[in-house]
Amino acid sequence: MDLIIEYQAQLLSGTWVTIRLALLSLMISVMCGLLGAWAKLSKNFVAQKTAAGYTTIVRGVPDLVLILLVFYGGQELVNSLGLATGLWDYVEISQFAAGVGTIGIVFGGYMTETFRGAIIAIPKGQIEAGVACGMDRITIFRRVIWPQMVRYALPGFSNNWLVQIKSTALVSVIGLQDVVYNGFVAGKSTRQLFTFMFAVLMIYLVLTAISDLGLRWLDRKYSKGIVRSDNG
Amino acid sequence: MGESIIAFLETWSPIDIVLIAQNFDRFLWGALVTLQLTVISLIVGGLLSIPLAIIRSGNNPFLNAPVWAFTYLFRGTPLLVQTYLIYYGLGQFEWIRQTVVWEPILSQAWWCALIAFSLNTAAYTTELLRGSIITTSKGEVEAAKACGLGKWMRLRRIVLPSAFRRALPAYSNEVIFMLHGSVVASTITIQDLLGVGRWLNGRYYLAYEGFITAAVMYLIIVLLVSRGFRLWEKHWLKHLYPLDAVEAKPKKGLASFRV
Repeated sequence: MDLIIEYQAQLLSGTWVTIRLALLSLMISVMCGLLGAWAKLSKNFVAQKTAAGYTTIVRGVPDLVLILLVFYGGQELVNSLGLATGLWDYVEISQFAAGVGTIGIVFGGYMTETFRGAIIAIPKGQIEAGVACGMDRITIFRRVIWPQMVRYALPGFSNNWLVQIKSTALVSVIGLQDVVYNGFVAGKSTRQLFTFMFAVLMIYLVLTAISDLGLRWLDRKYSKGIVRSDNG
Repeated sequence: MGESIIAFLETWSPIDIVLIAQNFDRFLWGALVTLQLTVISLIVGGLLSIPLAIIRSGNNPFLNAPVWAFTYLFRGTPLLVQTYLIYYGLGQFEWIRQTVVWEPILSQAWWCALIAFSLNTAAYTTELLRGSIITTSKGEVEAAKACGLGKWMRLRRIVLPSAFRRALPAYSNEVIFMLHGSVVASTITIQDLLGVGRWLNGRYYLAYEGFITAAVMYLIIVLLVSRGFRLWEKHWLKHLYPLDAVEAKPKKGLASFRV
Protein backbone atom coordinates (compact mmCIF):
# COMPACT_ATOMS: atom_id res chain seq x y z
CA MET A 1 0.00 0.00 0.00
CA ASP A 2 2.86 2.39 0.80
CA LEU A 3 4.33 1.65 -2.60
CA ILE A 4 1.08 2.56 -4.32
CA ILE A 5 1.07 5.90 -2.53
CA GLU A 6 4.70 6.41 -3.52
CA TYR A 7 3.84 5.75 -7.16
CA GLN A 8 0.45 7.45 -7.15
CA ALA A 9 1.60 10.20 -9.51
CA GLN A 10 2.37 7.66 -12.26
CA LEU A 11 -0.85 5.76 -11.65
CA LEU A 12 -2.94 8.93 -11.70
CA SER A 13 -1.33 10.31 -14.85
CA GLY A 14 -1.87 6.91 -16.48
CA THR A 15 -5.49 6.91 -15.39
CA TRP A 16 -5.95 10.35 -16.92
CA VAL A 17 -4.52 9.07 -20.23
CA THR A 18 -6.92 6.11 -20.08
CA ILE A 19 -9.90 8.39 -19.42
CA ARG A 20 -9.01 10.75 -22.27
CA LEU A 21 -8.40 7.81 -24.58
CA ALA A 22 -11.76 6.30 -23.69
CA LEU A 23 -13.76 9.51 -24.03
CA LEU A 24 -12.18 10.62 -27.32
CA SER A 25 -12.58 7.19 -28.87
CA LEU A 26 -16.19 7.13 -27.63
CA MET A 27 -16.87 10.32 -29.57
CA ILE A 28 -15.37 8.82 -32.71
CA SER A 29 -17.30 5.59 -32.28
CA VAL A 30 -20.61 7.41 -31.83
CA MET A 31 -19.97 9.38 -35.01
CA CYS A 32 -18.95 6.26 -36.93
CA GLY A 33 -21.98 4.48 -35.49
CA LEU A 34 -24.44 7.15 -36.61
CA LEU A 35 -22.84 7.31 -40.02
CA GLY A 36 -22.83 3.53 -40.31
CA ALA A 37 -26.45 3.20 -39.22
CA TRP A 38 -27.45 5.86 -41.72
CA ALA A 39 -25.57 4.04 -44.47
CA LYS A 40 -27.05 0.66 -43.55
CA LEU A 41 -30.59 2.03 -43.62
CA SER A 42 -30.18 4.11 -46.76
CA LYS A 43 -31.38 2.89 -50.13
CA ASN A 44 -28.01 3.62 -51.67
CA PHE A 45 -26.47 0.31 -52.70
CA VAL A 46 -22.86 1.46 -52.36
CA ALA A 47 -23.43 2.98 -48.91
CA GLN A 48 -25.18 -0.20 -47.75
CA LYS A 49 -22.42 -2.51 -48.93
CA THR A 50 -19.65 -0.28 -47.59
CA ALA A 51 -21.29 -0.19 -44.17
CA ALA A 52 -21.82 -3.96 -44.24
CA GLY A 53 -18.15 -4.53 -45.10
CA TYR A 54 -17.06 -2.12 -42.40
CA THR A 55 -19.04 -3.77 -39.62
CA THR A 56 -18.03 -7.28 -40.73
CA ILE A 57 -14.30 -6.52 -40.76
CA VAL A 58 -14.25 -4.44 -37.64
CA ARG A 59 -16.29 -6.90 -35.62
CA GLY A 60 -14.49 -9.91 -37.04
CA VAL A 61 -10.88 -8.92 -36.42
CA PRO A 62 -9.66 -8.57 -32.81
CA ASP A 63 -9.03 -4.97 -31.78
CA LEU A 64 -5.39 -5.53 -30.81
CA VAL A 65 -4.60 -6.78 -34.32
CA LEU A 66 -6.11 -3.63 -35.80
CA ILE A 67 -4.32 -1.39 -33.30
CA LEU A 68 -0.97 -2.95 -34.22
CA LEU A 69 -1.78 -2.78 -37.92
CA VAL A 70 -2.71 0.89 -37.75
CA PHE A 71 0.20 1.85 -35.52
CA TYR A 72 2.95 0.08 -37.46
CA GLY A 73 1.40 -0.34 -40.89
CA GLY A 74 -0.43 2.98 -40.96
CA GLN A 75 2.79 4.82 -40.21
CA GLU A 76 4.57 3.16 -43.10
CA LEU A 77 1.61 3.65 -45.43
CA VAL A 78 1.32 7.36 -44.66
CA ASN A 79 5.05 7.86 -45.12
CA SER A 80 5.37 5.92 -48.35
CA LEU A 81 2.40 7.86 -49.72
CA GLY A 82 4.09 11.09 -48.66
CA LEU A 83 7.33 9.97 -50.29
CA ALA A 84 5.58 8.98 -53.52
CA THR A 85 3.51 12.12 -53.86
CA GLY A 86 5.94 14.52 -52.21
CA LEU A 87 3.02 16.17 -50.42
CA TRP A 88 4.29 15.77 -46.87
CA ASP A 89 7.49 14.98 -45.00
CA TYR A 90 8.04 12.22 -42.48
CA VAL A 91 4.96 11.88 -40.29
CA GLU A 92 4.89 10.07 -37.01
CA ILE A 93 1.59 8.62 -35.81
CA SER A 94 1.55 8.88 -32.03
CA GLN A 95 0.47 5.93 -29.91
CA PHE A 96 -2.37 8.03 -28.59
CA ALA A 97 -3.69 8.93 -32.04
CA ALA A 98 -3.41 5.34 -33.27
CA GLY A 99 -5.20 4.08 -30.14
CA VAL A 100 -8.01 6.64 -30.20
CA GLY A 101 -8.56 6.23 -33.93
CA THR A 102 -8.54 2.45 -34.00
CA ILE A 103 -10.64 1.88 -30.89
CA GLY A 104 -13.07 4.57 -32.06
CA ILE A 105 -13.46 2.98 -35.48
CA VAL A 106 -13.71 -0.57 -34.09
CA PHE A 107 -16.44 0.32 -31.63
CA GLY A 108 -18.12 2.41 -34.30
CA GLY A 109 -18.91 -0.95 -35.90
CA TYR A 110 -20.65 -2.15 -32.76
CA MET A 111 -22.42 1.20 -32.35
CA THR A 112 -23.64 0.94 -35.96
CA GLU A 113 -25.53 -2.24 -35.13
CA THR A 114 -26.90 -0.77 -31.91
CA PHE A 115 -28.12 2.43 -33.55
CA ARG A 116 -29.52 0.60 -36.55
CA GLY A 117 -31.58 -1.65 -34.29
CA ALA A 118 -32.77 1.35 -32.29
CA ILE A 119 -33.91 3.26 -35.36
CA ILE A 120 -35.74 0.21 -36.72
CA ALA A 121 -37.52 -0.18 -33.37
CA ILE A 122 -39.26 3.19 -33.77
CA PRO A 123 -42.78 2.59 -35.07
CA LYS A 124 -43.04 3.69 -38.69
CA GLY A 125 -46.36 5.41 -38.06
CA GLN A 126 -44.66 8.05 -35.96
CA ILE A 127 -42.35 9.01 -38.79
CA GLU A 128 -45.27 9.10 -41.20
CA ALA A 129 -47.16 11.25 -38.70
CA GLY A 130 -44.18 13.61 -38.65
CA VAL A 131 -44.24 13.80 -42.41
CA ALA A 132 -48.00 14.43 -42.33
CA CYS A 133 -47.45 17.31 -39.89
CA GLY A 134 -45.15 18.88 -42.44
CA MET A 135 -41.87 18.34 -40.60
CA ASP A 136 -38.75 18.24 -42.73
CA ARG A 137 -36.26 15.40 -42.41
CA ILE A 138 -33.98 17.16 -39.96
CA THR A 139 -36.86 18.08 -37.68
CA ILE A 140 -38.15 14.51 -37.78
CA PHE A 141 -34.71 13.25 -36.83
CA ARG A 142 -34.36 15.76 -34.02
CA ARG A 143 -37.86 15.61 -32.54
CA VAL A 144 -39.09 12.09 -33.34
CA ILE A 145 -36.20 9.74 -34.06
CA TRP A 146 -33.36 10.93 -31.82
CA PRO A 147 -35.18 11.00 -28.43
CA GLN A 148 -36.56 7.52 -28.96
CA MET A 149 -33.46 6.18 -30.63
CA VAL A 150 -31.42 7.11 -27.55
CA ARG A 151 -33.84 5.20 -25.34
CA TYR A 152 -33.83 2.09 -27.50
CA ALA A 153 -30.08 2.25 -28.04
CA LEU A 154 -29.10 2.80 -24.41
CA PRO A 155 -28.83 -0.82 -23.26
CA GLY A 156 -26.64 -1.72 -26.25
CA PHE A 157 -24.73 1.52 -25.97
CA SER A 158 -24.01 0.93 -22.28
CA ASN A 159 -22.72 -2.51 -23.05
CA ASN A 160 -20.48 -1.23 -25.86
CA TRP A 161 -19.12 1.54 -23.70
CA LEU A 162 -18.20 -0.79 -20.86
CA VAL A 163 -16.35 -3.05 -23.30
CA GLN A 164 -14.71 -0.03 -24.92
CA ILE A 165 -13.26 1.30 -21.65
CA LYS A 166 -11.69 -2.07 -21.02
CA SER A 167 -10.34 -2.27 -24.57
CA THR A 168 -8.29 0.87 -24.01
CA ALA A 169 -5.97 -1.31 -21.89
CA LEU A 170 -4.69 -2.88 -25.12
CA VAL A 171 -3.07 0.38 -26.19
CA SER A 172 -0.41 -0.21 -23.53
CA VAL A 173 0.91 -2.92 -25.86
CA ILE A 174 2.10 -0.28 -28.37
CA GLY A 175 3.74 1.64 -25.54
CA LEU A 176 1.20 4.33 -24.69
CA GLN A 177 1.73 5.29 -21.07
CA ASP A 178 -1.75 4.56 -19.85
CA VAL A 179 -2.65 3.16 -16.46
CA VAL A 180 -1.70 -0.42 -17.40
CA TYR A 181 1.69 0.59 -18.80
CA ASN A 182 2.57 2.82 -15.86
CA GLY A 183 1.35 0.27 -13.36
CA PHE A 184 3.39 -2.42 -15.07
CA VAL A 185 6.57 -0.34 -15.10
CA ALA A 186 6.13 0.61 -11.45
CA GLY A 187 5.43 -2.99 -10.50
CA LYS A 188 8.47 -4.22 -12.37
CA SER A 189 10.87 -1.74 -10.81
CA THR A 190 9.61 -2.50 -7.29
CA ARG A 191 9.19 -6.25 -7.93
CA GLN A 192 5.62 -5.93 -6.67
CA LEU A 193 3.71 -6.66 -9.87
CA PHE A 194 0.75 -8.25 -8.12
CA THR A 195 0.21 -5.20 -5.94
CA PHE A 196 0.35 -2.82 -8.86
CA MET A 197 -1.70 -4.91 -11.27
CA PHE A 198 -4.32 -5.27 -8.56
CA ALA A 199 -4.32 -1.50 -8.10
CA VAL A 200 -4.83 -1.10 -11.87
CA LEU A 201 -7.67 -3.61 -11.70
CA MET A 202 -9.31 -1.53 -8.97
CA ILE A 203 -8.90 1.68 -10.98
CA TYR A 204 -10.73 0.07 -13.90
CA LEU A 205 -13.42 -1.16 -11.54
CA VAL A 206 -13.95 2.40 -10.30
CA LEU A 207 -14.10 3.72 -13.87
CA THR A 208 -16.70 1.15 -14.92
CA ALA A 209 -18.70 1.73 -11.73
CA ILE A 210 -18.80 5.49 -12.39
CA SER A 211 -19.86 4.90 -16.00
CA ASP A 212 -22.55 2.58 -14.77
CA LEU A 213 -23.98 5.32 -12.56
CA GLY A 214 -23.86 7.83 -15.42
CA LEU A 215 -25.57 5.43 -17.80
CA ARG A 216 -28.31 4.73 -15.29
CA TRP A 217 -28.92 8.43 -14.95
CA LEU A 218 -29.18 8.73 -18.73
CA ASP A 219 -31.54 5.78 -18.82
CA ARG A 220 -33.84 7.41 -16.25
CA LYS A 221 -33.71 10.70 -18.13
CA TYR A 222 -34.66 9.20 -21.48
CA SER A 223 -37.25 6.77 -20.09
CA LYS A 224 -39.33 9.45 -18.44
CA GLY A 225 -42.99 8.77 -18.95
CA ILE A 226 -42.36 5.21 -20.11
CA VAL A 227 -43.99 2.43 -18.18
CA ARG A 228 -41.76 -0.60 -18.01
CA SER A 229 -43.52 -3.91 -18.24
CA ASP A 230 -42.91 -6.00 -15.18
CA ASN A 231 -42.12 -9.62 -15.88
CA GLY A 232 -41.31 -10.51 -12.30
CA MET B 1 4.32 -20.68 -65.22
CA GLY B 2 4.66 -21.03 -61.44
CA GLU B 3 7.96 -19.21 -61.45
CA SER B 4 6.61 -16.34 -63.49
CA ILE B 5 3.74 -15.92 -61.05
CA ILE B 6 6.21 -15.80 -58.17
CA ALA B 7 8.37 -13.34 -60.04
CA PHE B 8 5.32 -11.20 -60.72
CA LEU B 9 4.29 -11.26 -57.06
CA GLU B 10 7.81 -10.43 -55.91
CA THR B 11 8.02 -7.37 -58.10
CA TRP B 12 4.51 -5.97 -58.08
CA SER B 13 2.64 -7.01 -54.96
CA PRO B 14 2.54 -4.29 -52.29
CA ILE B 15 2.81 -6.93 -49.60
CA ASP B 16 5.26 -9.78 -49.60
CA ILE B 17 2.93 -12.67 -50.45
CA VAL B 18 5.77 -15.10 -51.08
CA LEU B 19 7.14 -14.59 -47.59
CA ILE B 20 3.69 -15.17 -46.09
CA ALA B 21 3.33 -18.36 -48.13
CA GLN B 22 6.72 -19.58 -46.96
CA ASN B 23 5.74 -19.05 -43.32
CA PHE B 24 2.16 -20.17 -43.70
CA ASP B 25 2.64 -23.33 -41.67
CA ARG B 26 3.62 -21.17 -38.71
CA PHE B 27 0.40 -19.22 -39.07
CA LEU B 28 -1.55 -22.46 -39.09
CA TRP B 29 0.19 -23.52 -35.87
CA GLY B 30 -0.60 -20.11 -34.43
CA ALA B 31 -4.25 -20.50 -35.36
CA LEU B 32 -4.21 -23.89 -33.66
CA VAL B 33 -2.85 -22.37 -30.44
CA THR B 34 -5.50 -19.63 -30.59
CA LEU B 35 -8.28 -22.17 -31.09
CA GLN B 36 -6.88 -24.46 -28.42
CA LEU B 37 -6.76 -21.67 -25.80
CA THR B 38 -10.21 -20.42 -26.77
CA VAL B 39 -11.93 -23.79 -26.83
CA ILE B 40 -10.39 -25.14 -23.62
CA SER B 41 -11.12 -21.94 -21.70
CA LEU B 42 -14.68 -21.91 -23.02
CA ILE B 43 -15.19 -25.47 -21.82
CA VAL B 44 -13.63 -24.87 -18.40
CA GLY B 45 -15.36 -21.50 -18.00
CA GLY B 46 -18.66 -22.92 -19.20
CA LEU B 47 -18.55 -25.79 -16.74
CA LEU B 48 -17.67 -23.41 -13.90
CA SER B 49 -20.46 -21.05 -14.84
CA ILE B 50 -23.31 -23.57 -14.49
CA PRO B 51 -23.13 -24.01 -10.70
CA LEU B 52 -22.28 -20.32 -10.28
CA ALA B 53 -25.31 -19.26 -12.32
CA ILE B 54 -27.55 -21.55 -10.26
CA ILE B 55 -26.20 -19.91 -7.10
CA ARG B 56 -26.65 -16.41 -8.56
CA SER B 57 -30.25 -17.09 -9.52
CA GLY B 58 -31.08 -18.47 -6.09
CA ASN B 59 -31.55 -16.33 -3.02
CA ASN B 60 -28.96 -17.51 -0.57
CA PRO B 61 -27.09 -14.32 0.36
CA PHE B 62 -24.03 -16.13 1.75
CA LEU B 63 -23.43 -17.91 -1.54
CA ASN B 64 -24.73 -15.17 -3.78
CA ALA B 65 -22.48 -12.35 -2.53
CA PRO B 66 -19.09 -13.96 -3.25
CA VAL B 67 -20.21 -15.13 -6.69
CA TRP B 68 -21.52 -11.66 -7.44
CA ALA B 69 -18.17 -10.17 -6.35
CA PHE B 70 -16.33 -12.60 -8.61
CA THR B 71 -18.40 -11.78 -11.68
CA TYR B 72 -18.31 -8.06 -10.93
CA LEU B 73 -14.52 -8.06 -10.64
CA PHE B 74 -13.94 -10.06 -13.80
CA ARG B 75 -16.55 -8.28 -15.90
CA GLY B 76 -15.50 -4.82 -14.79
CA THR B 77 -11.80 -5.07 -15.63
CA PRO B 78 -9.76 -5.70 -18.79
CA LEU B 79 -8.73 -9.24 -19.65
CA LEU B 80 -5.21 -7.95 -20.35
CA VAL B 81 -4.78 -6.79 -16.75
CA GLN B 82 -6.26 -10.02 -15.40
CA THR B 83 -3.78 -12.01 -17.45
CA TYR B 84 -0.85 -9.83 -16.33
CA LEU B 85 -1.99 -10.19 -12.72
CA ILE B 86 -1.83 -13.97 -12.95
CA TYR B 87 1.26 -14.35 -15.16
CA TYR B 88 3.49 -11.58 -13.80
CA GLY B 89 1.80 -10.93 -10.47
CA LEU B 90 1.72 -14.33 -8.76
CA GLY B 91 5.52 -14.59 -8.76
CA GLN B 92 5.62 -11.77 -6.23
CA PHE B 93 4.64 -14.17 -3.46
CA GLU B 94 7.37 -16.41 -2.15
CA TRP B 95 4.90 -18.99 -0.83
CA ILE B 96 3.32 -19.43 -4.25
CA ARG B 97 6.74 -20.02 -5.78
CA GLN B 98 7.32 -22.74 -3.16
CA THR B 99 4.22 -24.75 -4.06
CA VAL B 100 4.27 -27.77 -6.37
CA VAL B 101 2.04 -26.09 -8.97
CA TRP B 102 4.48 -23.19 -9.51
CA GLU B 103 6.99 -24.92 -11.74
CA PRO B 104 4.68 -26.88 -14.08
CA ILE B 105 1.68 -24.52 -14.19
CA LEU B 106 1.78 -21.07 -12.64
CA SER B 107 5.12 -20.06 -14.14
CA GLN B 108 4.06 -21.12 -17.64
CA ALA B 109 2.55 -18.48 -19.92
CA TRP B 110 0.17 -20.94 -21.60
CA TRP B 111 -1.36 -22.10 -18.33
CA CYS B 112 -1.63 -18.58 -16.96
CA ALA B 113 -3.44 -17.44 -20.10
CA LEU B 114 -5.75 -20.44 -19.83
CA ILE B 115 -6.55 -19.70 -16.18
CA ALA B 116 -7.21 -16.01 -16.86
CA PHE B 117 -9.37 -16.72 -19.92
CA SER B 118 -11.36 -19.45 -18.15
CA LEU B 119 -12.14 -17.26 -15.15
CA ASN B 120 -13.04 -14.36 -17.42
CA THR B 121 -15.44 -16.30 -19.60
CA ALA B 122 -16.86 -18.04 -16.52
CA ALA B 123 -17.80 -14.64 -15.10
CA TYR B 124 -19.53 -13.48 -18.29
CA THR B 125 -21.27 -16.79 -18.88
CA THR B 126 -22.49 -16.92 -15.27
CA GLU B 127 -24.36 -13.62 -15.62
CA LEU B 128 -25.66 -14.60 -19.04
CA LEU B 129 -27.01 -17.92 -17.79
CA ARG B 130 -28.43 -16.28 -14.69
CA GLY B 131 -30.42 -13.89 -16.86
CA SER B 132 -31.69 -16.81 -18.84
CA ILE B 133 -32.56 -18.91 -15.75
CA ILE B 134 -34.52 -16.19 -13.97
CA THR B 135 -36.60 -15.47 -17.05
CA THR B 136 -37.87 -19.04 -17.28
CA SER B 137 -41.63 -18.73 -17.47
CA LYS B 138 -43.34 -19.27 -14.15
CA GLY B 139 -45.92 -21.60 -15.64
CA GLU B 140 -43.27 -24.15 -16.61
CA VAL B 141 -41.87 -24.23 -13.08
CA GLU B 142 -45.35 -24.44 -11.55
CA ALA B 143 -46.29 -27.28 -13.86
CA ALA B 144 -43.12 -29.12 -12.86
CA LYS B 145 -43.97 -28.60 -9.20
CA ALA B 146 -47.49 -29.87 -9.80
CA CYS B 147 -46.02 -33.00 -11.38
CA GLY B 148 -44.10 -33.54 -8.17
CA LEU B 149 -40.60 -32.87 -9.46
CA GLY B 150 -38.12 -31.99 -6.72
CA LYS B 151 -35.90 -28.94 -6.76
CA TRP B 152 -32.93 -30.58 -8.51
CA MET B 153 -35.06 -32.55 -10.91
CA ARG B 154 -36.85 -29.34 -11.87
CA LEU B 155 -33.55 -27.63 -12.49
CA ARG B 156 -32.14 -30.50 -14.50
CA ARG B 157 -35.19 -31.38 -16.54
CA ILE B 158 -37.09 -28.11 -16.96
CA VAL B 159 -35.19 -24.95 -16.11
CA LEU B 160 -31.67 -25.60 -17.40
CA PRO B 161 -32.50 -27.12 -20.81
CA SER B 162 -34.71 -24.21 -21.75
CA ALA B 163 -32.33 -21.67 -20.20
CA PHE B 164 -29.41 -23.06 -22.25
CA ARG B 165 -31.39 -22.72 -25.43
CA ARG B 166 -32.48 -19.18 -24.78
CA ALA B 167 -28.93 -18.22 -23.81
CA LEU B 168 -27.55 -19.47 -27.11
CA PRO B 169 -27.67 -16.21 -29.16
CA ALA B 170 -25.95 -14.26 -26.40
CA TYR B 171 -23.48 -17.08 -25.87
CA SER B 172 -22.39 -16.94 -29.50
CA ASN B 173 -21.33 -13.34 -28.81
CA GLU B 174 -19.38 -14.51 -25.80
CA VAL B 175 -17.58 -17.14 -27.88
CA ILE B 176 -16.50 -14.54 -30.43
CA PHE B 177 -15.57 -12.17 -27.64
CA MET B 178 -13.35 -14.85 -26.13
CA LEU B 179 -11.77 -15.58 -29.51
CA HIS B 180 -10.98 -11.88 -29.83
CA GLY B 181 -9.78 -11.75 -26.25
CA SER B 182 -7.35 -14.60 -26.81
CA VAL B 183 -4.99 -12.17 -28.63
CA VAL B 184 -3.93 -11.14 -25.15
CA ALA B 185 -1.95 -14.39 -25.08
CA SER B 186 0.50 -12.90 -27.57
CA THR B 187 1.43 -10.20 -25.04
CA ILE B 188 2.71 -12.81 -22.60
CA THR B 189 5.06 -14.45 -25.13
CA ILE B 190 2.64 -17.10 -26.45
CA GLN B 191 2.90 -17.80 -30.19
CA ASP B 192 -0.78 -17.68 -31.00
CA LEU B 193 -2.06 -16.37 -34.33
CA LEU B 194 -1.23 -12.77 -33.51
CA GLY B 195 2.01 -13.88 -31.85
CA VAL B 196 3.15 -15.44 -35.14
CA GLY B 197 2.20 -12.25 -36.99
CA ARG B 198 4.25 -10.17 -34.57
CA TRP B 199 7.15 -12.62 -34.85
CA LEU B 200 7.13 -12.41 -38.66
CA ASN B 201 7.05 -8.61 -38.65
CA GLY B 202 9.81 -8.46 -36.07
CA ARG B 203 12.05 -10.97 -37.80
CA TYR B 204 11.84 -9.49 -41.32
CA TYR B 205 11.33 -5.91 -40.19
CA LEU B 206 7.94 -5.56 -41.86
CA ALA B 207 4.98 -3.31 -41.15
CA TYR B 208 1.93 -5.08 -42.59
CA GLU B 209 2.39 -8.68 -43.64
CA GLY B 210 2.17 -10.47 -40.31
CA PHE B 211 -0.73 -8.42 -38.99
CA ILE B 212 -2.73 -8.57 -42.22
CA THR B 213 -2.35 -12.35 -42.45
CA ALA B 214 -3.39 -12.71 -38.81
CA ALA B 215 -6.32 -10.33 -39.34
CA VAL B 216 -7.61 -12.27 -42.35
CA MET B 217 -7.32 -15.57 -40.52
CA TYR B 218 -9.15 -14.23 -37.45
CA LEU B 219 -11.87 -12.90 -39.74
CA ILE B 220 -12.30 -16.31 -41.38
CA ILE B 221 -12.47 -18.08 -38.00
CA VAL B 222 -15.03 -15.58 -36.66
CA LEU B 223 -17.21 -15.88 -39.76
CA LEU B 224 -17.14 -19.68 -39.56
CA VAL B 225 -17.98 -19.65 -35.84
CA SER B 226 -20.90 -17.27 -36.25
CA ARG B 227 -22.21 -19.25 -39.21
CA GLY B 228 -22.04 -22.39 -37.09
CA PHE B 229 -23.92 -20.76 -34.26
CA ARG B 230 -26.62 -19.51 -36.59
CA LEU B 231 -27.23 -23.05 -37.82
CA TRP B 232 -27.23 -24.29 -34.26
CA GLU B 233 -29.72 -21.64 -33.20
CA LYS B 234 -31.99 -22.53 -36.08
CA HIS B 235 -32.03 -26.09 -34.81
CA TRP B 236 -32.40 -25.50 -31.08
CA LEU B 237 -34.60 -22.41 -31.08
CA LYS B 238 -37.06 -23.45 -33.76
CA HIS B 239 -39.88 -23.72 -31.24
CA LEU B 240 -39.39 -20.09 -30.16
CA TYR B 241 -39.80 -18.46 -33.56
CA PRO B 242 -43.22 -17.10 -34.50
CA LEU B 243 -44.87 -19.64 -36.78
CA ASP B 244 -44.85 -17.69 -40.02
CA ALA B 245 -41.36 -16.31 -39.43
CA VAL B 246 -39.69 -19.64 -39.99
CA GLU B 247 -40.20 -19.42 -43.72
CA ALA B 248 -40.85 -15.74 -44.34
CA LYS B 249 -37.94 -13.35 -44.32
CA PRO B 250 -38.08 -10.62 -41.68
CA LYS B 251 -39.36 -7.32 -43.02
CA LYS B 252 -36.94 -4.47 -43.21
CA GLY B 253 -38.08 -1.50 -41.17
CA LEU B 254 -38.26 2.11 -42.18
CA ALA B 255 -38.84 1.50 -45.86
CA SER B 256 -40.45 4.85 -46.47
CA PHE B 257 -37.98 7.01 -44.62
CA ARG B 258 -34.30 7.55 -45.10
CA VAL B 259 -32.48 9.18 -42.24
